[in-house]
Amino acid sequence: MTKQLTPEGIVKSFKDEFETKIKYARIEKHIAGTKKNELIHIWMSVDRSVFKNVVKHIMTLEEYPHLAVTSGYDTGKTIELVYHFSIYFGVRYREISLNITVELPKSNPTIETITDLIPGALITEQEKQEMLGIKVKGIPKDKRVFISDDFPKGVYPWRKDETGPEKMVRNLHEVKK
Amino acid sequence: MTPEATTKTTYQLPIGPIHPALKEPVAFEFEIDGERIVDVNVSLGQVHRSVEWAGMRRNPIQILYLAERICGICSYCHPMAFALAVERVAGIEVPERADYLRVIQAELERICSHILWAGVAAHEIGFDSVLFLTWQIREKALDLTEYLTGNRVTKAITMIGGVRRDVTKDMVPKVTETLNYFKDNFEKLRHIFLDDKTFKMRSQGVGILTKEDALRLCACGPTTRASGVKKDVRLDQPYFAFGDLDFDYVTPDVLTGEVNGDVYDRIIVRLLEVKQSIDLIEQCLDKMPAGDIASEPKIPKLLATLKKAKGEGIGRMEAPRGEVFHYVKLDENECPYSWKVRAPTYNNVMPWIPMLRGEQIADIPIVAASTDPCMSCTNRVAVVDNGKKYVLDKEELHRLSVEKTRRLMA
Repeated sequence: MTKQLTPEGIVKSFKDEFETKIKYARIEKHIAGTKKNELIHIWMSVDRSVFKNVVKHIMTLEEYPHLAVTSGYDTGKTIELVYHFSIYFGVRYREISLNITVELPKSNPTIETITDLIPGALITEQEKQEMLGIKVKGIPKDKRVFISDDFPKGVYPWRKDETGPEKMVRNLHEVKK
Repeated sequence: MTPEATTKTTYQLPIGPIHPALKEPVAFEFEIDGERIVDVNVSLGQVHRSVEWAGMRRNPIQILYLAERICGICSYCHPMAFALAVERVAGIEVPERADYLRVIQAELERICSHILWAGVAAHEIGFDSVLFLTWQIREKALDLTEYLTGNRVTKAITMIGGVRRDVTKDMVPKVTETLNYFKDNFEKLRHIFLDDKTFKMRSQGVGILTKEDALRLCACGPTTRASGVKKDVRLDQPYFAFGDLDFDYVTPDVLTGEVNGDVYDRIIVRLLEVKQSIDLIEQCLDKMPAGDIASEPKIPKLLATLKKAKGEGIGRMEAPRGEVFHYVKLDENECPYSWKVRAPTYNNVMPWIPMLRGEQIADIPIVAASTDPCMSCTNRVAVVDNGKKYVLDKEELHRLSVEKTRRLMA
């Protein structure tokens, strides 16, 4: 097992490796319990061009990083994905949550798959495709997972623009006069 | 025939959208060669209820009650993970007593869930007398839940910044009495599940998940621990008061000295966790400091604070089935900008594929049940036998499973 880095050391290792491609990084420390244990959450925003290498870099820190899920939201002009990794689990108090944000322009919302590195990422990648209308390049199973097959194409439930589901919503509390 | 070629939406049965016991029905498509499973295809989403979408149109306090209804069994973990995420965004500090009260509720839910699961597992292999025995014990756990929260299932105990009800001194004897009842019955359960011939026959060497597969497929909770992966958010990143308490990772080698990653190991892990949870509640009752149970009892004031909060946060909790993960982004508005819910079964679906490959049709119920998903998962299965397709329903599968037990017993 490779040597475990401190939270500051992790951020530094990313900045050394990817330099300006890391747009921002912050370390959050939260406390819990009477002993005031520290919980460490690292947040980083990375450029799309280095995203896959960032995941490979995480795998040098921990052989099998745990990918909890990918979150995502529509910011108007772009779509942001947040990959929630955790590393250094297995030893008490040592786990660090690593949240990697990637920005995708709406004109070309594509990202590379990471299922070749972490096979467990498949369902979450499929979900982001159907919910946010992004395209995951090289995804091994390009099918809908949560939305039924008869749901109209081109409508993405988590979008906040004209491709969002607003026009499909029936507000049953509204009464026609 | 590839599994993709057999996919037909007409074979999918939607269950819900509202059903108290099922949270995520799943359809499997198996490719079968005689009795052996060659390949498995899993499709999810039959009851996708757009909870996250609905949440983005509600304020955080309303979301607590929406999150509670994501799952009937983890009705404490979901709102609590959401509360953790919101507290971290808004910088709300939780009183120490509330941290302990939160542990008590979390562990009580774990006892409820694991005992419920034990009963379901027994039912799946056709051992219904054990189902009745375990659920009789679970009834006591529900009674205690009702005593502490006022409700048996949707507990409504969570509040951002604390909990809504205290465990006062005069309530402690009833809690201790119930815990002692669990302890008295634990040995009986342990003997049935770990020493009984029928259980061993049906669970040893069945549904194996290797350590490497568990890690690569990002499995979580008892499913991954039974494969020897030490992963438990309560210990890895102690939230609430878990960092103050004395306990350790539960992996099957604690009891048997070896890890096989089969159904039997998953039974061991869950049983030992019940014992651990009883111990954790006792530790909490001993160590609990006096003080407030919530940082801000006035809801309108709390909402006003949350309306000013901006940023993103994550809430992670070790639910009975594994890690529950909530991501929240607030942007100084009444409703959150984004909310993502990740239930443990989401990650424990992929490991089914290596677990089921090579097993017999009659093993499907117990193998699928061993990850503790919602049981609707096996409600309807399309089976491809020599290229001919037919649908097996839950009753038929259950009958096959019972017949296999009888066959092995003979």
